[in-house]
Amino acid sequence: MVNVTPSANTISTDDLMIVNAARVLGTLAAAGKAACFVGIGLPSTAANLARRLYSPEPVLIYESGCIGSKPTRLPLSIGDGELADTSDSVVSVPEIFSYWLQAGRIDVGFLGGAQLDKFGNINSTVIGSYGKPKTRLPGAGGAPEIAATAGQVIVIMRQTKRAFVDRCDFRTSFGFGDGPGHRERLGLRGGGPKLVITDLGVLEPDPETCELVQTQMHRGVTAEQCVENTGWKLRIAKNVFTTDAVSDREINALRELQSAT
Amino acid sequence: MAEILELKEAVARYVKDGSTIAMEGFTHLIPHAAGHEIIRQGRRNLHAIRMTPDMVYDQLIGAGCVSKLTFSWGGNPGVGSLHRFRDAVENNWPHQIEIEEHSHAGMAARYVAGASGLPFGVLRGYVGTDLVDQTSSIKTISCPFTDEELTAVPALNPDVTIIHAQRADREGNVQLWGLLGVQREAVLAAKSSIVTVEEIVDKLTPVSGGVVIPSWVVSAVCLVSNGAHPSYASGYSQRDNSFYKSWDDIAKDRESFTEWVKNHISGTTDFDSFSRSVGISALVSANG
Repeated sequence: MVNVTPSANTISTDDLMIVNAARVLGTLAAAGKAACFVGIGLPSTAANLARRLYSPEPVLIYESGCIGSKPTRLPLSIGDGELADTSDSVVSVPEIFSYWLQAGRIDVGFLGGAQLDKFGNINSTVIGSYGKPKTRLPGAGGAPEIAATAGQVIVIMRQTKRAFVDRCDFRTSFGFGDGPGHRERLGLRGGGPKLVITDLGVLEPDPETCELVQTQMHRGVTAEQCVENTGWKLRIAKNVFTTDAVSDREINALRELQSAT
Repeated sequence: MAEILELKEAVARYVKDGSTIAMEGFTHLIPHAAGHEIIRQGRRNLHAIRMTPDMVYDQLIGAGCVSKLTFSWGGNPGVGSLHRFRDAVENNWPHQIEIEEHSHAGMAARYVAGASGLPFGVLRGYVGTDLVDQTSSIKTISCPFTDEELTAVPALNPDVTIIHAQRADREGNVQLWGLLGVQREAVLAAKSSIVTVEEIVDKLTPVSGGVVIPSWVVSAVCLVSNGAHPSYASGYSQRDNSFYKSWDDIAKDRESFTEWVKNHISGTTDFDSFSRSVGISALVSANG
C-alpha cells in the first residue's frame, strides 16, 4: 500500500511506524524528555532503533523492572534476560510502578490496544460486553497507570475501521475521556495522548476539542484512505504533513537491529 | 524453618481444594513444574492469583483446577492469546470461572499490602477506567492529610504462594536474582509458601542484585532443576521461545489441549518424566 524506496530495501508499513516512532523519541530525548516506558513489539523496536540513531538516546524502562536497558538485540518478551543483563538498574515490579511510574519519573509511555476512540481512550480488555465478551483480550497490564501518569502517551496502532472506533467497548486506559477538561476533573497528572502513530500516518488531538485529527500521512496515502479506515468522522488537518522518506541510515539501522535478533 | 521436600509432597501438603494460591514470576522464574503438579494431583476450586496468568495458568484453567482468577494481564507474552483462559471466560469451558481484574500497579500494591500486614494498598490508579465498575476490590479513599482522592485495593494474602528460584541452601534459605518481579512480596503475603529451585547448595554466595528469602518465612523448598521451563532461570537456563509459540497451537482447541495434558502431565509422574515426554533438554548450562 505504501511504498517508499530509498534503498534496495522494501519499506513495509510496520517499518514506517517504527521509524516514525523512533524519530519522535529522538526529538523528545534531545529536549531532555528521555525516560521512556516501553512494551514488547513495535514500541520496543522503535525505542531500540532510537537508541541507535540519536544522541542523547532515550532511556528504556520495561515494566519487568529494567531501568536504562541497552539490549544488543530485540527482546523476546519484557522479561528477556538480555534486558536485565544490560540495564543500569533492575528493580522489583512494585518498585517500577510506584517509585518510577507513579512518582512521575516517566516522560513517555507507549501504548497500543485493540480499540482506540476519537478521544484517545484505549480498550485492551474486551470486545463486546464485559460479562459476555465476544472477544476476551489480555487486559490492562501496566497500561491504565501509564496512560494516567506518563508525561505524554504515544499510541502505536494500525489504522482500521474496526480498531479506530467512535467509542471503545471498554475503557481500559484513559485518554481524554469524554473530551476537554475530563483529565483535569479527574486529577490525572500525566499529559495524556500526544501522538497516534499508524500505518497511514499520524493523528494528534485537537487542542480545543481533544478529538484526534489526522495531521500526517505517509507518502502515497490519501485523505480518503485515512477517513475510510477510521470509525469516527475523521478530520484531516488543514496543513497535513507528509512523512519524510525513510533514510538509508534509518532503514539500515533497523535491519541491523532485526537481524541481530 | 523451610523443609526440603519432594514437590509432590509439598503440593499435597499445602495446596488443597478451594485454596487461594498465588504463583508468581514475571516472565522470568515462572514455577511451571509446580503448576503441572497441581494439575497432576487434580486440585479443584482454586482461587488462582497471578499478575500475568500466562501459560502456567492457561494450563490450570483448561485442566479445570480454577474457579476464580485474580489477575492483571492474561496473554501469551510475545505470542498472542491465552486460548484456555479465553475459552473459560468466553464460553465457560471447562466450567465458568469468576474473574477479579486489576492493573499491574494495583496487583503490586495488593501484594505489598499483604506482605506488610496492612488491610489495603493505596495508589493513584484506575481513575476514569471501566475496571472500577467490574469489581468491588477497587475503592476511592481520601488522603487524611491532603484530602487528595486516591485508590484503595485490598491486600492479597494467599493460602500459599509458589515461586521458582535459582537456589537454596540445605537450611532452606532461598536465593534469587535477575528480574525479581513480585515474588518476595507474594511469599511474604502468604500463609505458607513453596519454592522450587534449580539447585541446593551447601552455602549461598552473594550475587549482585540478588535477594535472599530466609528459611524461616518459607514452608517448603523443592529441588526441580529447569522447573521454570519454558520460562528461564537467569544463570541456569534460557527462555524456550519455541515452546511458547508451540503452546499457541496446543491450547487453541479443546481436544489438542486435553490430549496434551493427558499425555504429558497426567501421564507423567514428575517434572523429569514430563521433560522426557515433551522432549525438552534438561539444563542448558549449570551456573552458566
